[in-house]
Amino acid sequence: MKKALILPVLLAMAPPALAGDTSPGALIEAYSAQSGSAPVPENGKALFLGKHVGGKPDTPSCATCHTNDPRKGGQARTGKPIDPMAPSVNPKRFTDTRFVEKWFRRNCNSVLGRECSAQEKADIIAWLSSL
Amino acid sequence: MKRNILLASLIIVAMPALADDGRMIRPVTNALTQSECSACHMAYPAGFLPARSWKKIMTTLEDHFGEDASLDEASRAEIEAYLVANAADAGGRRSGVLRRLDAADTPMRISELPWFRREHSGEVSPRRLKKAGSWANCNVCHRGAEKGYFEDD
Ligand code: HEC
Ligand code: HEC
Ligand code: HEC
Repeated sequence: MKKALILPVLLAMAPPALAGDTSPGALIEAYSAQSGSAPVPENGKALFLGKHVGGKPDTPSCATCHTNDPRKGGQARTGKPIDPMAPSVNPKRFTDTRFVEKWFRRNCNSVLGRECSAQEKADIIAWLSSL
Repeated sequence: MKRNILLASLIIVAMPALADDGRMIRPVTNALTQSECSACHMAYPAGFLPARSWKKIMTTLEDHFGEDASLDEASRAEIEAYLVANAADAGGRRSGVLRRLDAADTPMRISELPWFRREHSGEVSPRRLKKAGSWANCNVCHRGAEKGYFEDD
């Protein structure tokens, strides 16, 4: 009975709320500690806006879906809107560790054909946070 | 809180039953499937594909229509179990959406089922399809799609 009640309540809620277990700053710190060097926002920018060849042909760049201006919304290949990536305009960004990890894994694989390193993740979040 | 529960119950009651002509289909009722499978497109109802298709989709998420949609193993397994248990042929059922589908075929798309082709042929102008972007965007043309309504609109 309890389960039957919980399920509809979950369904009735609009998009799942993010857990809010971290912040952009805390993630940058954690990833930098893992890599052992300070984040370089310029490298994050180059990686995010650059065109790559190692990944899947339909997704050459992060900007393919997230646009060249992360302060604006992007769209998935299906046309579904994606909220802006820059925390200054979208405070929900980089506040849920599992969500962040899941999408870094997927999207770096799609675009680069490999996972992003801790250094690259720190660089990207540092750049996005500077916007 | 109480109101939420009441509202949710009403929504559940209002859900269309699964009709064999493929007209109304039960929307996704598993919360994890709903949240994970609606990130890039609407979460497609389980009743639109046979179990073998869902199994194949759920074991090839690393290369999912040109993208990596991979999940942690626990989530992947829960979603696969839900989709399989509610598939078009679950429990020996033969839903109308399987009409003329060769038993040897494992379609990866709802939009490539013979039933789907017949239902949509001549119904949509190239301009409308272009505007929708893709057959996969059911909800652009069927505004009630996420609630399980696909008839006339
Ligand atoms: C095929 C489209 C696509 C491409 C290409 C893409 N992303 Fe994403 N990204 C998404 C979608 C969809 C989401 C999830 C929806 C959302 O968070 O708004 C997402 C979410 C994310 C998140 C989660 C952020 C948070 O905390 O909310 C990160 C990090 C991310 N992407 C990084 C990247 C990076 C880095 C690249 C390039 C290597 C990239 N993405 C390329 C579609 C894409
Ligand atoms: C990272 C983005 C992403 C996620 C997450 C995702 N998909 Fe997809 N899916 C796609 C893309 C891209 C297509 C192709 C869309 C097109 O053809 O326009 C697609 C297409 C499909 C189709 C075929 C639609 C048709 O009939 O043409 C099915 C079925 C499907 N996805 C199931 C799932 C399931 C089940 C999940 C959850 C486990 C899921 N998807 C999660 C990106 C995603
Ligand atoms: C480009 C617009 C468009 C897209 C995209 C589209 N449809 Fe349709 N669909 C139609 C039209 C038009 C009809 C015929 C008129 C009607 O019955 O609604 C139709 C008919 C149907 C019917 C039969 C309804 C009935 O009452 O007989 C079903 C079920 C259906 N579509 C499901 C889907 C699903 C599932 C998807 C996504 C995988 C999809 N459609 C994508 C336009 C579209």
